[in-house]
Amino acid sequence: MFEAVLFYIFATVLVVSAVAIITVRNPVHAVLCMVLCFFTTAGLWLLLRAEFLAIALVLVYVGAVMVLFLFVVMMLDVNVEQLRAGIWKNLPLALVVGGIMIFEMVALLARQVFGGLAPREAGPGYSNTKELGMLLYTDYAYPLEVAAVILLVAIIAAIALTLRRRKDTRRPAPAEQIRARREERVRLVAMPAEKDE
Amino acid sequence: MDWRAALIETAWNLAFIVAIVAPLMLCVAYLTLWERKLIGWMQIRIGPNRVGPLGLLQPIADGVKLLLKEIIVPTNADRGLFILGPILMIMPALAAWAVVPFAPEVVLANINAGLLYLMALTSMGVYGVIIAGWASNSKYAFLGAMRSAAQMVSYEIAMGFALVVVLMVSGSLNLSDIVNAQGRGMFASMGINFLSWNWLPLLPILVVYFVSGIAETNRAPFDVVEGESEIVAGHMIEYSGMAFALFFLAEYMNMILISTLTAVMFFGGWQPPIDSQLFNAVPPFAWLLLKVFVIVSLFLWFRATFPRYRYDQIMRLGWKIFIPVTLIWLAVVGAWMQTRWSIWS
Repeated sequence: MFEAVLFYIFATVLVVSAVAIITVRNPVHAVLCMVLCFFTTAGLWLLLRAEFLAIALVLVYVGAVMVLFLFVVMMLDVNVEQLRAGIWKNLPLALVVGGIMIFEMVALLARQVFGGLAPREAGPGYSNTKELGMLLYTDYAYPLEVAAVILLVAIIAAIALTLRRRKDTRRPAPAEQIRARREERVRLVAMPAEKDE
Repeated sequence: MDWRAALIETAWNLAFIVAIVAPLMLCVAYLTLWERKLIGWMQIRIGPNRVGPLGLLQPIADGVKLLLKEIIVPTNADRGLFILGPILMIMPALAAWAVVPFAPEVVLANINAGLLYLMALTSMGVYGVIIAGWASNSKYAFLGAMRSAAQMVSYEIAMGFALVVVLMVSGSLNLSDIVNAQGRGMFASMGINFLSWNWLPLLPILVVYFVSGIAETNRAPFDVVEGESEIVAGHMIEYSGMAFALFFLAEYMNMILISTLTAVMFFGGWQPPIDSQLFNAVPPFAWLLLKVFVIVSLFLWFRATFPRYRYDQIMRLGWKIFIPVTLIWLAVVGAWMQTRWSIWS
């Protein structure tokens, strides 16, 4: 009963904030609505006894990813008029994509793949985190490592793509400076002194 | 669960929350006084001494002054977000206390994922700063918000890795279990508990964690976010009265929180340093309080000692020194735990 009330509160906030993301005019407000969206989703997951996933969602998405989103959106000079201009041109494509997504969701949920979505009742000593860790590092060790490598490649690629040196600076290159030898730079020339006539 | 049981449990929890928050507010008030006194003594001054005996009523006077001041909202500010900023700042600072163990079995929520919960909540604190900075519609405030966003996100990584090492040697994410794990070991069975605590085998991690904690709370020498000399007061510049006070409350509360967590994770929490009759007679909570007091005084000592870091130096310290140090120590501790010399079995 109590959980049902909580569920409907969270669900209402989630749906309202999700709608607000695409309806509010100010992009910063939209990002903040998205933060609220993630946060209430985490609350819903907690109700499903998935505490590790819920906290990870807050930690990763709310705490890191959305901060960077906000960071970028605040710096952007968004012209709302320009964004709204193309709505009729892009509408057919958006409708197709949205239709496909709705179809997929319905197809998935209608078949009860999640076993009715009831949380598994667990004993008092049950730790969601430990269970997940056990599975990830035994049965799914190789997929996990492959995912880790892909992420690492993405990190390095992101740095490599954005790392640019200015070409017009006169920054000295220490390696080249150290490699230089006296013989290459200095030539001692013995010249006879000029004599006064 | 019927309604009456649920009601009683809720009332009990509410009473517990009040019992945590009310003393905490008092601690924050007197921490400001202690800060001014301690730094005063370090600089051969006497500090506040006019209001009440020895200046002891100074925080009360400050509080009343801030309460009575008008809250001014700039005309071009985003009104809703301007008010939301300080609230979002203080909310995680308060909520984090839910999982902190004050004594054996004395904790509001004894959850298994306590450490994760703490990391998630401390990472939320940055929103208050960013929103306040943006909503003020002022260049200084915005600069402060940008600086703090970058700084807090950077140091969170080092902090997270430090916590991973602690979690590895304790084998649990539950803070009470982490404290209990420190009471076991070779030295603890000899009666000298304080040598079994995490600070000794994890010394580099302790340093990284504590310094990252100072950076996370935007305290000196990492307080470029406020930087009086260049951006006046950063994100707080447009705030007045109680809205301004909320930022200060959150900052000091976070200081106490980081100190408490340092005590819990590296200095054995509520455990007495030596297993003797005299030390065991002191209530566990008093030990925690003493440790927190010493650590929180370090914050003030650092503020009186070090000049402010330059911004690129802060970034360099976080990314190029702390993260490699924690990563290497993570590997060292991991390898150590696999050998037969492991002290955490």
